[in-house]
Amino acid sequence: MIEVWLVVALVGVGTVAIKSAGPVLLGGRPLPPRLAGVIDLLAPALFGALIAVQTFGQGQSLAVDERVIGVAVAGLAIWRKAPLIVVVILAAAATGIARAVS
Amino acid sequence: MAERTFRDGVRAMAPLLVAVLGFAISFGVLARAAGFGWLAPIVMSATTFAGSAQFASVSVLGDGGTVAAAVAAALLLNLRYGPIGISVAPWLTGSPWTRFLHAQLVVDESWAIAAEGEGKFNRRVLFGAGLMLYVAWVAGTAVGAILGRALGDPATLGLDAAFAALFLGLLVPIAKDRRHVVAALLGAGIALALTPFAPAGVPIVAASAACLLGLRR
Repeated sequence: MIEVWLVVALVGVGTVAIKSAGPVLLGGRPLPPRLAGVIDLLAPALFGALIAVQTFGQGQSLAVDERVIGVAVAGLAIWRKAPLIVVVILAAAATGIARAVS
Repeated sequence: MAERTFRDGVRAMAPLLVAVLGFAISFGVLARAAGFGWLAPIVMSATTFAGSAQFASVSVLGDGGTVAAAVAAALLLNLRYGPIGISVAPWLTGSPWTRFLHAQLVVDESWAIAAEGEGKFNRRVLFGAGLMLYVAWVAGTAVGAILGRALGDPATLGLDAAFAALFLGLLVPIAKDRRHVVAALLGAGIALALTPFAPAGVPIVAASAACLLGLRR
């Protein structure tokens, strides 16, 4: 439980610091374009990694299981422009059902 | 055209409220399932107020990752608020303390709604939209975290797949051109390649190196 609170505290302090840095310190100078280009790709890179590990990671090993079905259903729902909450519920339901029948 | 106000910010946010509440409830439920208890997710939503980063740190820690890896994954995701903060800085007037508080209400959605083109931002709209989002985010988290236990074992329900689905849902709208897609695929590849060898959470942080593709132009 101490780990949970450490994460909550450190992420909170870090995020507040990042969010306030520009407005509090800077007079609105634009970022150098190269740095802006790198920061622009940070979120996609991290999301790609999170998706891969959440879908195939099983502790220290990789596994293909019912989660793949859920993620595939999510992909379909996103493609059909479903709202995020619907995407999440459909993915969980598909995986849950696949587990129940297998 | 009359200048937009605080109320316009609140109003512009209203259609997104259901989605934000749903997102917040799922954060509460998933954090609870990852062993965060009921209070920590609420405190986190009230202090961090950045959805995807909260999900990332919860999923890394829930998978047995270290505190350092969970914090790094969240803060790397929030790095984008550096440049976003710089973009609104000229429009946030008032004392440093006021600017500090306003800066906390800057999230992707409020930032987008407050934009008035040509790099201009409306501080009152930002404040209205941000405050509305904040209330919905914390309230939804509380509902999810408190009721989450009633849902039972997360694996039988397929909640473990919900994380991946959610991140996919967050990735698609920001993958605007080929560079974003390549960065996402490279990030996924690095993470999977490292998973058998590195402690949990480290592959995710290492995958952020894929953003160095941005140096090429």
